[in-house]
Amino acid sequence: MLSAPSLSYMLLSPMLIVFGAAVLGVLIEAFMGKAHRAAVQLTVSIGALLLALLQLWQIKDMSSTTAAVNSVTIDKAGIFFQFIIVSLALVAVLLIADQDNFVAQASAVPGSNEEKIAIQQKVQQTEIFPLVLFAVGGMMLFTVASDLITLFVALEVFSLPLYLLAGLSRRRRLLSQEAALKYFLLGAYASAFFLFGAAFVYGYSGTVSISGISAAAGSANDIFLFIGIIFISVSLLFKISAVPFHSWTPDVYQGAPTPITGFMAACTKVAAFGAILRIFYVGFADSQTLWQPLIAVIAVITMIFGSVVAIAQRDVKRMLAYSSIAHAGFLLLGVVSLSKEGLAASLFYLFAYGFTTIAAFGIISLVRDSTGEVSDLNRWVGLGKKSPLVAAVFSFLLLSFAGIPLTSGFIGKFAIFSAAYQSGNVSLVIVGVLASAIAAFFYIRVIIMIFFTDPVNDSVSVVIPSIRSRIAISCATLISLVLGVLPSLLLNAANTFANLIK
Amino acid sequence: MSLLTIIGILPLISAGLIALIPTKNSELIKKAAFIATLIVAAASVFMAISFDKNSDQLQFIQKNSWISAFNINFSLGIDGISLVLILLSTILVPIVILATWHESDNGRWSSKVFYILLLVLESLMIGVFAANDLFLFYVFFEAMLIPVYFLIGGYGTGEKSAAAIKFLLYSLFGGLLMLASIIGVYIISSDQIGATFDLTQLATLEIDNQTENFLFLGFFIAFAIKAPLWPFHTWLPDAAKAATPGTSVLLLGVLDKVGTYGMIRFCIQLFPDASKTFTPAIITFAVISIIYGAFMAIGQKDIKGLIAFTSISHFGFITMGIFAMTTQGMSGANLYMVNHGFSTAALFLIAGWMISRRGSSTISDFGGLQRVTPVMAWSFFIAGMSSLALPGLSSFVSEFLVLVGTYTRYPVAAIIGTLGIVLAALYILIPVQKALHGPITSGNENLKDLNLREKIAISPVVLIIVFMGFYPKPVLDLINPTSEKIVVNAGFSDPIAKVGK
Repeated sequence: MLSAPSLSYMLLSPMLIVFGAAVLGVLIEAFMGKAHRAAVQLTVSIGALLLALLQLWQIKDMSSTTAAVNSVTIDKAGIFFQFIIVSLALVAVLLIADQDNFVAQASAVPGSNEEKIAIQQKVQQTEIFPLVLFAVGGMMLFTVASDLITLFVALEVFSLPLYLLAGLSRRRRLLSQEAALKYFLLGAYASAFFLFGAAFVYGYSGTVSISGISAAAGSANDIFLFIGIIFISVSLLFKISAVPFHSWTPDVYQGAPTPITGFMAACTKVAAFGAILRIFYVGFADSQTLWQPLIAVIAVITMIFGSVVAIAQRDVKRMLAYSSIAHAGFLLLGVVSLSKEGLAASLFYLFAYGFTTIAAFGIISLVRDSTGEVSDLNRWVGLGKKSPLVAAVFSFLLLSFAGIPLTSGFIGKFAIFSAAYQSGNVSLVIVGVLASAIAAFFYIRVIIMIFFTDPVNDSVSVVIPSIRSRIAISCATLISLVLGVLPSLLLNAANTFANLIK
Repeated sequence: MSLLTIIGILPLISAGLIALIPTKNSELIKKAAFIATLIVAAASVFMAISFDKNSDQLQFIQKNSWISAFNINFSLGIDGISLVLILLSTILVPIVILATWHESDNGRWSSKVFYILLLVLESLMIGVFAANDLFLFYVFFEAMLIPVYFLIGGYGTGEKSAAAIKFLLYSLFGGLLMLASIIGVYIISSDQIGATFDLTQLATLEIDNQTENFLFLGFFIAFAIKAPLWPFHTWLPDAAKAATPGTSVLLLGVLDKVGTYGMIRFCIQLFPDASKTFTPAIITFAVISIIYGAFMAIGQKDIKGLIAFTSISHFGFITMGIFAMTTQGMSGANLYMVNHGFSTAALFLIAGWMISRRGSSTISDFGGLQRVTPVMAWSFFIAGMSSLALPGLSSFVSEFLVLVGTYTRYPVAAIIGTLGIVLAALYILIPVQKALHGPITSGNENLKDLNLREKIAISPVVLIIVFMGFYPKPVLDLINPTSEKIVVNAGFSDPIAKVGK
């Protein structure tokens, strides 16, 4: 007799809620009148994410390797990754709800009459909400997938909506569309690399399950495993924008609508690191001699390259893109550490960095002139005089990126550096410290532009933020501050949850 | 909550209260800030009186768990050295506020912001000298940079934003190197005695030589930048020239002391063996600083630049005293930190008044001040004499102790260092002669002498300079037990002078 497979709905419920809400969102698009669509979509998204959080809280003490017919591993770390992603998404959705960042009608050719009419009629592209939910669901799945096939499916589920979202900017639409196309083409390559690598690993171990790969270590010629690891790494390193797979990052960060950039920068990083940590800590842990030197080298290049190139940037979104590259380098130290401390530090770092990033992009979306958002740093001069509060908050966030004490960024850096030191990678710590010193320069230069330079005529002003943006930005900033002063709670939680089932 | 913690938090609370006063009401803000810092100063004097000076143990201890995941504690406590430096800071702040009452009026932001930054800085200064937890120290050490950065950049003159960023980047760079070393110490402690940041426990670690040398360098470079020691000094003259006189007083008088304090507290106590290894090199750098600072000072045309370079020379003396590893040298260096704080404060404050009256900071623009503004001129004269270590004024005692302490172990260095005293006579006497004596140069005829507020502000500083010159015992009593303990713990004993007694 055929018995029904065990799915463990309870453990899957956070993801199911998000995916369900995404499907519901599509139905709303199809059947609901235009008038109330935006409000309903927002309510559904927020409700679903809150419900998912609640559900994650319910299952926080459970674990299983057999959910969804062995394709998903729900463990402590997986639950924590999902928790980070959902809470970041919750803040990001509030920013995304400010529709004036998005194109009125994506199908209209830029500059055409159709576009003008759409703008006049105040058409809104409310599909953004279900797209974001699909991406969130995919990211959640990505961090708990326990075989390469599920991993690949999750990768595509969260990537495809992001490609679309990146092209939906209201202003400078051609730039936005170019960014989307670049992201899509390079992302497709990365996916292909992943499949190629997965095939090699399968050839080596005869299984696609991550724990199976680990069990098969040493059973065949290591060269196949090595090639497999390299190809899989390429695709994952692409997602976290590590050098030399970073080239899409500045363009996409610049071109995408700013709230989406924030969402992408924060959540994609968490999801991708979730998968990387799982694969390397579980699947490739026994073959660490194969990949550790490689990832260490990539970490070094990424830290230094990101920090150095950011100095030359004149566009605040591009600057943050390079800064996110540098941060990916710091986070790779957690991967190289291959220890419980490294995992705990990564969890903390991702949480802290995610909120700082979302708040920073939230503020960028407020700085505008008559034609729209201005990301040219030369026009940010004197912002401190015009809107001291916004300037002060943005400076605080930059200091957090730079890792100055009493900000969350500092605690994160400290945690990850000490994990790396403990695992014997002292030279990586020294490079990290030097890269931080370089990085401090460009963060502080922005503070100088904002505060110590007099405003010029064509400089920008800050729009009065909507209540939603206000909540989002202040929540995220507050989290950065609290985690800098009283990090104990989250650090202890990260320690408890730093556990991947092998 | 210990008295120490209360003193440390008071300025922070005052800053919070001042933030509530409307920006327009700047007189009230200034008065509130002045009274708050006066109370802090009084409280710290009271703390000094109730301090048991016969004990070399930490006192006024406060210990709460802060970040349990890394076993980081909010742990404060002071010994004699910390106490005198806290006294120096808390006494200087109200004097600075009173002396530079109008300093904040022409800044980029309101005077409210200025005093909030100043008060926050005071809290951090107290914290940095009181911290007994390595991590906590680092947090204060780095966080301190931010208010100073905004004080220089927002209220300074000339190339202020360039100077501010130079200051910040130099300090951050040093701080990050130190962070790497701190992590190293922390990891080693977790291997040996269980992860901790507690300074007393960390001092018991057994570290192998090579690692210890690297860890030592991480700390030392950070402190040498802060102090500043040649060749890490280049940020200081720019910062001192750009900052307002009040900020410069705190920058050179107190903040730079964190560097020399750190050498004593961390470099020597945590890494005695590495300190031994590097002593010859450090003494050499110190001697170069003494001579280089003196020569550069002689060549200065700008009065603020002059004071900045004299400080580099003086910090050379302090560093030399510390690494001579004798009790006299150590005591002398500690006393020197206090004395240098007050004499630099006097020099900078009076120079600030001269500059704002004359509208120029070039030395040659002044002349015959003694006849036009006698009180200002005489106070400057006394401060200058103290700076060149005239017997009877405060710096003499400390400079003497440093040289004696150094001579017993490094006679050559001490002798070259003595040359610094001779040069000091040149770099002080030449400007004194140009600016104070001689004929009244044009543009100086109608300068006003010090007003009552300024007289009240400068008189305690001058009094301390004179008093400490004749009777340094109260401060030395506080410093000596700790200094001896540090030298002994580092494994040194005073050499017996080779020359017959």
